[in-house]
Amino acid sequence: MSRSLRFVPIALLALLIAALVWRLANPGDTVIRSRLTGQPVPAFTLPAALPGKPGLTSADLTTGAPRLVNIFASWCVPCIAEAPVLGALKARGVAIDGIAIRDRPADVAAFLARHGDPFERIGSDDTSRVQLALGSAGVPESFVVDGRGIIRFQHVGPIEPADVSTISAELEKAQ
Amino acid sequence: MKPLFLLLALFFAHPALADSSLPAAEWADRQLPDPRQEAQARALMEEIRCLVCQGQSIADSDAELAGDMRHLVRSRMAAGEKPAAIRAWLIERYGDWVSYRPSAAPIAWPLWAAPLLLLGAGLVLLMRRVRFK
Repeated sequence: MSRSLRFVPIALLALLIAALVWRLANPGDTVIRSRLTGQPVPAFTLPAALPGKPGLTSADLTTGAPRLVNIFASWCVPCIAEAPVLGALKARGVAIDGIAIRDRPADVAAFLARHGDPFERIGSDDTSRVQLALGSAGVPESFVVDGRGIIRFQHVGPIEPADVSTISAELEKAQ
Repeated sequence: MKPLFLLLALFFAHPALADSSLPAAEWADRQLPDPRQEAQARALMEEIRCLVCQGQSIADSDAELAGDMRHLVRSRMAAGEKPAAIRAWLIERYGDWVSYRPSAAPIAWPLWAAPLLLLGAGLVLLMRRVRFK
């Protein structure tokens, strides 16, 4: 065996260790993104989450103008932090629809009374079925849907004041 | 008395990112009446990744979303859908990552070939050694 070849195994080991150390220092992104971005919203029909406000169907999302679909729940703590930001977006004229995950009408009503109600429609998804159909993995999450019902953008986690410019830009792009 | 009360109160504390107050979905923790369908559903659930506890399968996870995913798998199986179709439906939404079954797509071919290549390299090395002696 040639002399230089002898160092190949040790070099491979050093490379492997370097790769492992690099991955330990930079753990990967654990955010789960929907693969449906750029595709039409799957067909769905959700009953109303509380009396006095209509439920949500996929047909409600093809109105010709972009809409924000917010997946939330009354039991979701980050949703409380997100509520005033959604209120601000609504005040700017953004059309927002909600999907309430595993919720009771009384709990949704109490949540909206306490934290504000930016929603035009709220569908009740009590087995997370539409959430899964959209490729969402938690609450809160938001989707920008254009006027033809195509998902243009997904925001994972609460929309914070710093995210408003991104969301507004995506809504603008979806015009 | 007060410290004891506070200590006891800890046992009833609820995590901040609490679960919902709804009971588990109908088919989350119930077996399908048809044993063959249940076995197929079970096999699939063991190969689908929980979206909350990302190292567990939905069969193992206690997360509510995992329960809802088991409900989805079982109710679709009961409606006559094939396990492969349900797996494909989930992959369409979450990517190959959601399925624990190794992919046979071209991108994974080097991975499948690696054991054979390494075994071959080992054999070549061994034969050369033996010949030298």
